[in-house]
Amino acid sequence: MSLQKPIMRGLLAKRLRFHLPIAFALSLIAAAAFKYGVTEPRKQAYADFYKQYDAMKEFNGMKEAGIFESVRPSGE
Amino acid sequence: MLTSRALIRGLQSGLWRGVSSTSALQAGHGKAVDMMDCTVPQYNNRLDTPLPDVPFVTILDAGQEKLKEKEKGPWSSLSKEEKLALYRMNFELTYPEMRKGSHEWKTVVAGMLFFLGFSGLLVWWQRIYVFGDVPHTLSPEWVEKQTQRMIDMRVNPVDGFTSKWDYEKKQWK
Repeated sequence: MSLQKPIMRGLLAKRLRFHLPIAFALSLIAAAAFKYGVTEPRKQAYADFYKQYDAMKEFNGMKEAGIFESVRPSGE
Repeated sequence: MLTSRALIRGLQSGLWRGVSSTSALQAGHGKAVDMMDCTVPQYNNRLDTPLPDVPFVTILDAGQEKLKEKEKGPWSSLSKEEKLALYRMNFELTYPEMRKGSHEWKTVVAGMLFFLGFSGLLVWWQRIYVFGDVPHTLSPEWVEKQTQRMIDMRVNPVDGFTSKWDYEKKQWK
């Protein structure tokens, strides 16, 4: 009843060989998911917003609402 | 309040200590577990220490003495039961027995949830009997005026607050 000699060396290397590719793959997937799930939609949202943006119209809307102190609504 | 909870935990650990100290341990060491002599090497059941400093059973009775004498001769003359008896004299638990684990986690989770719930009751009592009124700026009328002002100011119009407001129809999208 003699047992096989267990593996004495290279244990960390063996673990890294298995886990490092997985780690890199998952990190890349996480980065890609964030880029295409968050940053690209956000950039698109900003582009769409400013395509049809009329600054004077927005300013007049805010002025009439009465939130400014330097310029009051046209009624007063 | 705090001292009573510490008392309960002390009682619980005392209960568990009684369960874990078996008579086998006392046979090996000859005294109660509460009075361990830490100045001499200790026996331990650890996965990362295959060969502890001392054998499990140090005080041998007559049968065990005879076995130890027989161990000095050729081991092929030992029967299977004798080899197992020698193993158990040296070690308390086998590796599978060490790895087995217990049902203690259920008690732990139950106790944790119980005390979490108790804390919830205390927090509720505190909310009713200790805290004063909430500031007037959280009243519905104030929040309504606040929201209207945020809409007027065009807060976060791209992705955030007023991006959800329809300025033509004057309602939420």
